[in-house]
Amino acid sequence: MLIKFTGGKVYDPANGIDGQVRDIYVRDGRVVTPSATDTISAEYNLAGKVVMAGGIDPHSHIGGGKMNIARMMLPEDHRHDNVARGDLTRAGCGHAAPSTFVAGYRYAEMGYTAAFEPAMLAVNARQTHAEMGDTPMIDKGAYVLLGSDDYFLRLLTRGADKEEIKDYIAWTMHAAQALAVKVVNPGGISAFKFNQRMLDLDEKNAFYGVTPRDIILTLGRSLQELGVPHPVHVHGCNLGVPGNKETTLATIRAAEGTPIHLTHIQFHSYGTEGDFKFSSGAAEIAELVNQNPNVSIDVGQILFGQTVTASGDSMRQYGNTKSANPKKWVVMDIECDAGCGVVPMKYRDKSFVNALQWAIGLEMFLLVKDPWRIFLTTDHPNGAPFTTYPHLIRLLMDKTFRNEMLRRIHPGAQAATILGSITREYSLNEIAIMTRAGPAKSLGLKDRGHLGPGACADITVYDDNPDREAMFTTPAFVFKNGEMIVRNGRIVHVVAGATHVVRPEYDRKRTEKPLKDYFETYHTMRMENFRMADEEVITAGCGHAPGTCGCLIVQPVGTRK
Amino acid sequence: MTAVQAGASPAPASASESFSNVTCVFCGLHCDDLEIERTGQSLQVTRNGCGKAKAGFERPLVKSEPRVGGQPVSLNEAVAAAAKIIRSSALPSFGGLGTDIDGMRAVMSLADKARGVVDHAMGEGYAQNMRVLQTRGWFMTTLTEVRNRADLLIFTTDVLKYHHRFFERVIHAPQTLFADGPVKRTIVLIGEGYDTGPISGPGVDEIVTISCASDRIGEVISALATLSKGAPLPAETIAGVPKPQLEDLKARCEKANYGVIIWIPSAFAFANADLTIHRICDFVKEMNVKQRFAGLTLGGSEGSTSAAAVAAWQSGYPLRVSFASGAPQFDPELYAIPRLLKSGETDALVWLSSLTPDLAAPQTSIPTIVIGTFDMKLDREPDVFIPVATPGIDARGQIMRVDGNVVLPLRDLHRASGLANSIAVLNAIEAAL
Ligand code: SF4
Repeated sequence: MLIKFTGGKVYDPANGIDGQVRDIYVRDGRVVTPSATDTISAEYNLAGKVVMAGGIDPHSHIGGGKMNIARMMLPEDHRHDNVARGDLTRAGCGHAAPSTFVAGYRYAEMGYTAAFEPAMLAVNARQTHAEMGDTPMIDKGAYVLLGSDDYFLRLLTRGADKEEIKDYIAWTMHAAQALAVKVVNPGGISAFKFNQRMLDLDEKNAFYGVTPRDIILTLGRSLQELGVPHPVHVHGCNLGVPGNKETTLATIRAAEGTPIHLTHIQFHSYGTEGDFKFSSGAAEIAELVNQNPNVSIDVGQILFGQTVTASGDSMRQYGNTKSANPKKWVVMDIECDAGCGVVPMKYRDKSFVNALQWAIGLEMFLLVKDPWRIFLTTDHPNGAPFTTYPHLIRLLMDKTFRNEMLRRIHPGAQAATILGSITREYSLNEIAIMTRAGPAKSLGLKDRGHLGPGACADITVYDDNPDREAMFTTPAFVFKNGEMIVRNGRIVHVVAGATHVVRPEYDRKRTEKPLKDYFETYHTMRMENFRMADEEVITAGCGHAPGTCGCLIVQPVGTRK
Repeated sequence: MTAVQAGASPAPASASESFSNVTCVFCGLHCDDLEIERTGQSLQVTRNGCGKAKAGFERPLVKSEPRVGGQPVSLNEAVAAAAKIIRSSALPSFGGLGTDIDGMRAVMSLADKARGVVDHAMGEGYAQNMRVLQTRGWFMTTLTEVRNRADLLIFTTDVLKYHHRFFERVIHAPQTLFADGPVKRTIVLIGEGYDTGPISGPGVDEIVTISCASDRIGEVISALATLSKGAPLPAETIAGVPKPQLEDLKARCEKANYGVIIWIPSAFAFANADLTIHRICDFVKEMNVKQRFAGLTLGGSEGSTSAAAVAAWQSGYPLRVSFASGAPQFDPELYAIPRLLKSGETDALVWLSSLTPDLAAPQTSIPTIVIGTFDMKLDREPDVFIPVATPGIDARGQIMRVDGNVVLPLRDLHRASGLANSIAVLNAIEAAL
């Protein structure tokens, strides 16, 4: 069955198509080049409409222990947004910490076809995958946390051979069914358990004697040598601390050219100037990002209103509990492996700090030149729920609107930001890069984020509405694997979505021998049970028998060096 | 209606089989190191199981069939009868919920469609914790952290009554990560009714007993908080505990590298127990200003930790959720099944107990469907009874440990029980609505 999408204005930056009118053909869920003899069995006339690949969110907390704590903790937030069962859809709730089903529906209704959980604890992998499995409509995947886990830190302390370290990283990715590796407050989550309250880039963890710099570099180089497409995903030291821009600048330099991705960089771009001892470091950081092609970032934009912050960074989240609103919070130490902190937050435009955080994020978006290296995120739900993306897109594309919003924030923050003087407006092509093509490329999803032949037919069609917020809120159509799932912003067909993983090569026998002993001697779980089997991912909600569907997609890796 | 298949052949695939690293479903600790031998259809725990585990796994399998009105029927007839009861109910309740993650997913799906109420048999204890989480939050830890770090453990109930292997697996560790050998630990027992016999072991340096009534533990914790702020106590004894003893405990807390306070919500069988938990959690938070301290909540039997987690991610709310309006509503008082039964607001009860035979359905005269183990204890014959497989014995699955985070795989031990999978049964009932 050949479907023709006729006459839309196509934004497909991966294939160099910038708003040209093109026909797209889809067969069996893939974009194809038809032959002259093919008959067309269905056609959508998209004249005047904007066509892009489905949106891809490379950093969104959609599943796992900390999000479930956030859900349990905030009934008062859900009550404003209880969602009834529909003919096709399950009941649930939305806003800051939505139920899994509602998260899936709303991503799709917004034109997104994939979202990636960036902070899966290896010990919590089953829960994370179960929650992602219960997130319908979109593709998923998760980045496994390393860098505060006892085993890894021990390897560094004893100066283990780099092949052994690579084996352990690869083993963890297999065991947790991960797509990438993230490090959060490198070594700091562990340090907090030894009562260290901060850990800067070159400070030593009191027990292991290793520094965040060692950890980031080791992970960065190892992942590169393992051929994992996505570089080490770094949530740096000192999140939220005034003056942390110095740490961020030093972290970029510390990478020494190794590919790294700095996540929610807005939260790491603060100076200490001015009356409030809080200022923007966006310009300096953007400048250094511009100069270092090995670096990519996502922003973690904040938007005003109630939300909840959920992070693996127990040390810094504990520090943030002072600002909890409402005044309740959870921090956890977890299994000598990781930690988490969940702190509700209400960002106010009349607060100097919040208003400047908002401006810093936007400065970053507008000052980083290469849209292939900056991705659109709010670090859902930490800066704002993902449902604010259309508003954020309008802020980036519409200078007049942006300046109007700027005039509403705390006057001190207006004076402290250069935002008003920035004239850049993002084009649709640039939006398509940073919400689709860029994340897909960075994550190594070769057949996603573009519309060339062979691409998975995840396609979003928008009305070309000059109000970009309205345009991106309500897509005309969304197709997943060539099937229409959303029409006029409403779900018309429910699909499961796949889970993406990568599997770098490693020596399983050599790696598991010491690990088995380690788990038996020190842990409360056996190594064999720590490791997740494929069936455990596949049966997670897709409804297909193990091995009979494409619900688990193993993305290719490079050769191990 | 979709026909449901009972399990495979009545005879096991092979005469005998050994299993290692088996997860136990008989308490919330979910030890995953059991060794089990199967001979024919009988199981024997050969290593690492406690008495409860042995008793649970080794129950002889007896033939059990679905029944409607006490009469044996086919599985499909039982499913149809169950669907009929739910269909004609204005507010069905889904209780018990002794199941694993996948079982709970099936329960939620059915309750969502049937516009019912979801509450676990352990719902009251869980609600005590949730009240604290939703008003103040907490600072918590998990078993492996405790095993390797905790040098001061303050108990508020006799944990061994709930988790026979707690000391063996978490406290009596001969080797630990951050000390040479065992962690030198002080064990503090606040409250009443402790059996101190099994507490001694590797690493247990000292046992301190502070006797008081359970419902006054909160006062003792408040006194500690007062002392650690440097404020004077209002009396010479608090809850019967003399001031010097409290001062000694305060000093021990301040000396600890990693102090942990442990409670089991369902063990606090007194009114407003959440206030005791509240005080514990606030004290832990206050201690963290200068040093490291954490809470650990135990219990979590009969799959209650999994049930609450699934309810939360699928509906947004922990247990005691109603789908009556079509959208989930959460209220730990209104949607407690015991209350709904008493007030007569619910008019059908679906009771699921697939992990143990002990989770008896409450006494009620409303139409009742029991989906239970083959040897389910029944106080009266329910309108519909459907025997089902136990995840972790007769079916694969996943279950969450009481400390959250850790989810363990459950295995099919191939005894070919012929029992239907509860997920298939629940899905079939849903399809027949
Ligand atoms: S302590 Fe609990 S989980 Fe462990 S073997 Fe005994 S009953 Fe099973």
